[in-house]
Amino acid sequence: MRTNTPAEGAGLAHQFEDLAQQHDADTLGIWVFLVTEIMFFGGVFVGYSILRWLYFAAFAAGSHLLDVRLGAINTVVLLGSSLTMALSVRSAQIGNRRALVLFLILTMILGGAFLGVKAYEYHQKFVEHIVPSLDWAPQGDILARLAPGGLDHAQLYFFFYFAMTGLHALHMIIGMGLLLWLVLRARKGNFTPQYFAPVEVVGLYWHFVDIVWIFLFPLLYLIGGRY
Amino acid sequence: MSHQIVPLKTYVLVFACLIGLTLLTTGVAFIDLGPFNTVVALVIAFCKMLLVIFFFMHLRQSGGLVRIVLLAGFFWLALLIGLTTADYRTRSWTPAPDAWSTTAPPTHP
Repeated sequence: MRTNTPAEGAGLAHQFEDLAQQHDADTLGIWVFLVTEIMFFGGVFVGYSILRWLYFAAFAAGSHLLDVRLGAINTVVLLGSSLTMALSVRSAQIGNRRALVLFLILTMILGGAFLGVKAYEYHQKFVEHIVPSLDWAPQGDILARLAPGGLDHAQLYFFFYFAMTGLHALHMIIGMGLLLWLVLRARKGNFTPQYFAPVEVVGLYWHFVDIVWIFLFPLLYLIGGRY
Repeated sequence: MSHQIVPLKTYVLVFACLIGLTLLTTGVAFIDLGPFNTVVALVIAFCKMLLVIFFFMHLRQSGGLVRIVLLAGFFWLALLIGLTTADYRTRSWTPAPDAWSTTAPPTHP
């Protein structure tokens, strides 16, 4: 017979024997979801790789219009948010509610900073008229830099740039929503060292989105070298 | 139930490694290594991914089931990348006959 004191049983769904089993099921579930996400992003990555190989000059020319510094800063910011996310899970494990809320909010702030920089970069693309379809009219110096590789193929590069970073940003916005939900629950004291699977699961999702960026940064910003 | 709690130091150390690798990959992009620029960038990204997966995502403490699921995911991703790349890389080996050319619009009787 399983004894369920309120503190131990909090958060246990009735189909599970105990919290340990539920925790294992929860983490397995999010890993399976993340595998579908790997395949989802994988398709875009493969398409990008093939076209980058076919039209390397155009893709390198397009890549050189991106700001490496902003890309690198954003990478550091996002890695920082992964650290605070990992520390959120750790705070939940040791039952420190104040630290949990603090680290969750810090993760949101860093995620927001990333999206802010991203929005500024998108804005720059509109200023330079290098937004495919919507505002594609490169002029002057930008035109001169893109022309040798072929303008159509440079536009293709920016299609990929917006599609990949856009999908990534969409995932981050969803992640921010999940973090807000965690903050509200954590403030109510929903999580205990026995029951913190939601924090762990959102954390796994957040780290996955970080990994996508870890590959996007070199693939979009660093191709063809900067020397 | 027991969740091993990873020491704070481990997380900070992993984070420091990730930042170091980010600076390294950015720095290497400014050095001309020819085709190896891409190789180095991808190897560094792969190392960063392993650090995140094993430490931040707790794969080190995860059971066999989670590992199998993840490996299956990477296996299918390898199929996706491998077969698609093999297709494009070998198309030039056997050019399509001229008769298959579609430059002239087909004529209908």
